[in-house]
Amino acid sequence: MISYGKHQFPGKLFVVEGTDGSGKSTQLALLHQWLKAEGYPVFFSEWNSSPLVKDTTRRAKKRHLFTPATFSLLHATDFADRTERDIIPPLKAGAIVLADRYIYTAFARDVARGCNRAWVREVYSFAVKPTVAFFFRAPLNVAIDRIVSGRPNLKYYEAGMDLGFSDDPEDSFTMFQGKILEEYDRMVSEFGLTVIDATRSIERQQREMRMLISQHLKRRRSRSN
Amino acid sequence: MIEGTDGVGRSTHIALLRSWLESRGHAVLDTGMTRSVLAGRGIKEAKTGHTLGRLTMQLFYATDFIDRLENEMLPALRAGFVVLTDRYIYSAMARAEVRGIDSAWIRSIYGMALVPDAVFYLRIESPQQLVERVLASGRGFDYWESGMDLHLGEDFYDSFIEYQRRMLKVFDRMSAEFGFHVLNASRSVRSVASDLRRAVTKIIDQPSSTNEAIQPEDKVVQAPAPTNLADFTKKALP
Repeated sequence: MISYGKHQFPGKLFVVEGTDGSGKSTQLALLHQWLKAEGYPVFFSEWNSSPLVKDTTRRAKKRHLFTPATFSLLHATDFADRTERDIIPPLKAGAIVLADRYIYTAFARDVARGCNRAWVREVYSFAVKPTVAFFFRAPLNVAIDRIVSGRPNLKYYEAGMDLGFSDDPEDSFTMFQGKILEEYDRMVSEFGLTVIDATRSIERQQREMRMLISQHLKRRRSRSN
Repeated sequence: MIEGTDGVGRSTHIALLRSWLESRGHAVLDTGMTRSVLAGRGIKEAKTGHTLGRLTMQLFYATDFIDRLENEMLPALRAGFVVLTDRYIYSAMARAEVRGIDSAWIRSIYGMALVPDAVFYLRIESPQQLVERVLASGRGFDYWESGMDLHLGEDFYDSFIEYQRRMLKVFDRMSAEFGFHVLNASRSVRSVASDLRRAVTKIIDQPSSTNEAIQPEDKVVQAPAPTNLADFTKKALP
């Protein structure tokens, strides 16, 4: 088993992270279009998308079967399948892999749920280290406004209702997201996340991302020439 | 708990032991790998296809195990039940090791498991003996029990022999490391069963062993408040 930071692949892995409502998926979609138009082989991979695990997750969420530990482990199972299927093979093939949410999502959420920080990191130690991990940072109130106004019914686990902070989904969501944001903030230096100010205009954020990414792409092109 | 390679008769002995314990007035919970409410069905479905990767497999098993630990085994132990489990974490660790997965990684994932009162290892001498049982069962060779994902041989038979040989080796090493109670499973069902009963009687008649053993873990699972899982990794394996 090759552990985090030790993989050597010709491809590049760019991931986006951030709280719900930070705009990261929008930015990744724009990036995807641009890279395709530039002629790069691009592969997109999304959190919670393993065909082997999806049904189990869906059922467990509906029936509230999770504890913090099994929530963490089932998401790790899903992520392992993505790593073995969607991330490592394209990277070996020299493609660009774009991931919407990565291990840092698990670190933020699981620790906010009460799992041990070191244990969660150990569980995910098989993950490939991203070439660049973008963290779209939005102040708590901005992220919450975006989500709550767009989606009147917060889901049980999304709102952290399993933690019993509050019976009111919106209060619970606010407290849970606050803890998640704290975890993200401490990971910036721990994992060298690239912070993007998510309160700026969409165009400006996208320009910044493209500029940062193209540095890695040029190097790759010249190496293969 | 009962461990051993595929086809050594674990489920037969669990069933015998259960009815025997119940006839003696003990409440029994029996559980086993892939029987969790949360992940059991998902694992079975994933195994019908042959696309389950080795890391994904280990984590799926771990999810299944922790779900059964938190929702079945711990509550039953607290209520004074005798818990019989068909395979515990050692089978999962052996499968991972045979697949070349870092054993420190897999052990830390299972770090919150309870140390069992006894591990009965139903041991056979060689994979060839298992083949007889596989054929006698009428099920024939199974893709995963034959380790076909490891590409060890030309066909199910060759692969089965090699895979089970490696599993035996790992089990033997773990047996020494974790102090398994080894039972020679090549004997008749009756003599293995009577050995098991004798050993189990000794453990059950020892007062208070199970109840004390679960004290530290009570904290781990009761309420999911933020600090409760903090000692996740502190509980080492035996």
